[in-house]
Amino acid sequence: MELLAFGKTGWGDELFYATLMTIAVSVTAMLIGFIFAAIFTPLKLSKYKPLNLIGNLYTTVIRGVPELLVIYLFFFGGSGAIMYVASIFGYYEYIEINAFVTGSMAIGIISGAYSTEVFRGAIQSLDKGQFEAAKVLGVSKFTQFYKIILPQMLRLAIPNLSNVWQITLKDTSLISVTGLVEIMRQSYIAAGSTRDPLFFYSFAAVLYLLLTYVSMKLINKLEVKYSRGY
Amino acid sequence: MDFDLMIISFPKLLGATVVTLKLLSASLFFGLFLGLLFAILRLNKNIFINKFAYGYSYVFRGTPLLVQIFIIYFGLGQIEYLRSTFLWIILKEPYWCAIIAFTFNTGAYTSEILRSAFQTIKPGIIEAGKSLGISNKIIFYKIQIPIAIRQSLPAYGNEIILMMKGTSLASTVTLMDLTGVAKYIISTTFKPIEVFIVAGGIYLFMTFIIHNVIKYLEKKYSFQQ
Repeated sequence: MELLAFGKTGWGDELFYATLMTIAVSVTAMLIGFIFAAIFTPLKLSKYKPLNLIGNLYTTVIRGVPELLVIYLFFFGGSGAIMYVASIFGYYEYIEINAFVTGSMAIGIISGAYSTEVFRGAIQSLDKGQFEAAKVLGVSKFTQFYKIILPQMLRLAIPNLSNVWQITLKDTSLISVTGLVEIMRQSYIAAGSTRDPLFFYSFAAVLYLLLTYVSMKLINKLEVKYSRGY
Repeated sequence: MDFDLMIISFPKLLGATVVTLKLLSASLFFGLFLGLLFAILRLNKNIFINKFAYGYSYVFRGTPLLVQIFIIYFGLGQIEYLRSTFLWIILKEPYWCAIIAFTFNTGAYTSEILRSAFQTIKPGIIEAGKSLGISNKIIFYKIQIPIAIRQSLPAYGNEIILMMKGTSLASTVTLMDLTGVAKYIISTTFKPIEVFIVAGGIYLFMTFIIHNVIKYLEKKYSFQQ
């Protein structure tokens, strides 16, 4: 138990901050994923073949390639890509992106592919009459989406989005390979310096279980909120 | 774009794919038995057995696969007693540690898939078997299991693809699988995009094959023939 003490003697406070880091990366990645989903869902639902193809390419490639490989691509290629873009604007100094940004971008793109599929499924399962009625009433495209489609779609999407959240949360453990100090990395450091890997990795497992348990409880509440009236 | 690097690294990556496929097939093989066992335990009426099986699947589905590999590879070696038993022969090899971790992980997901498949079998089918005087054992092996397998094919196909992606974590415990070799080439040449395209292409090709095999099996074993 003294291994988990707070302060200089134990690893309690380090692991606490590492847990906060895991939560921060997961939330950031999930939000980045939503941005990607907002871009690619319309492409996947588009009537135009080329746009459709771009949308399908994104979800197929990301969901068919291991998360770790995507993370390595970002870890090794991230700063190169940024420097290339910067060189176009006339900036030639070395740019290093920090691990948090690389990690949340990589996980965000993965999470976005899953979110895209969820949103596409939710929109497609809406009644066609909803779209037609909005058109007949002369509602603008913008209002139609925000006031009619989005609220109904969210109710259908939330149960599946909770799965995406779980996947995203667990995927953040992979960013430890880039050196970002989240639960896994901190456990690795603690295990190395105390020579007690069994304890620290088991404790990491408990922390992840706790995170998934608590987030499931919160999402269930959200689900109840969005399905009132049904 | 460095096309020469892509051509040179292709055979190396293809060689590493064999390791990935070995890991995948071994863990799927053992995982299927484990999943079937725990699915049957989940359907048991005894509350303790039931809760035990639920706990297993909850823990393995609620924690990252990376933690599970690290506990088995780094953690179990710490127990002095284990080092003196014959189990140590297996547990000191990263290859077997990875397979054990993957087996337990896929077993947890497979047990959930099979359990829901067993539960969707209409009671009328089992009753029909009973009224024909077929023994419980034969009803289970010849009626329930084949129907459950057919029901769970689409979900199990997804699980195979997820597991294929999961085997990439073997590279974190020093194994040179497809991702491991890809990482090695990237870190020595600093050409991440080229290597990603080749390695990612191989993974996508495997996904494509698995997807189509499952689709074929679904068609072959569909009820409407």
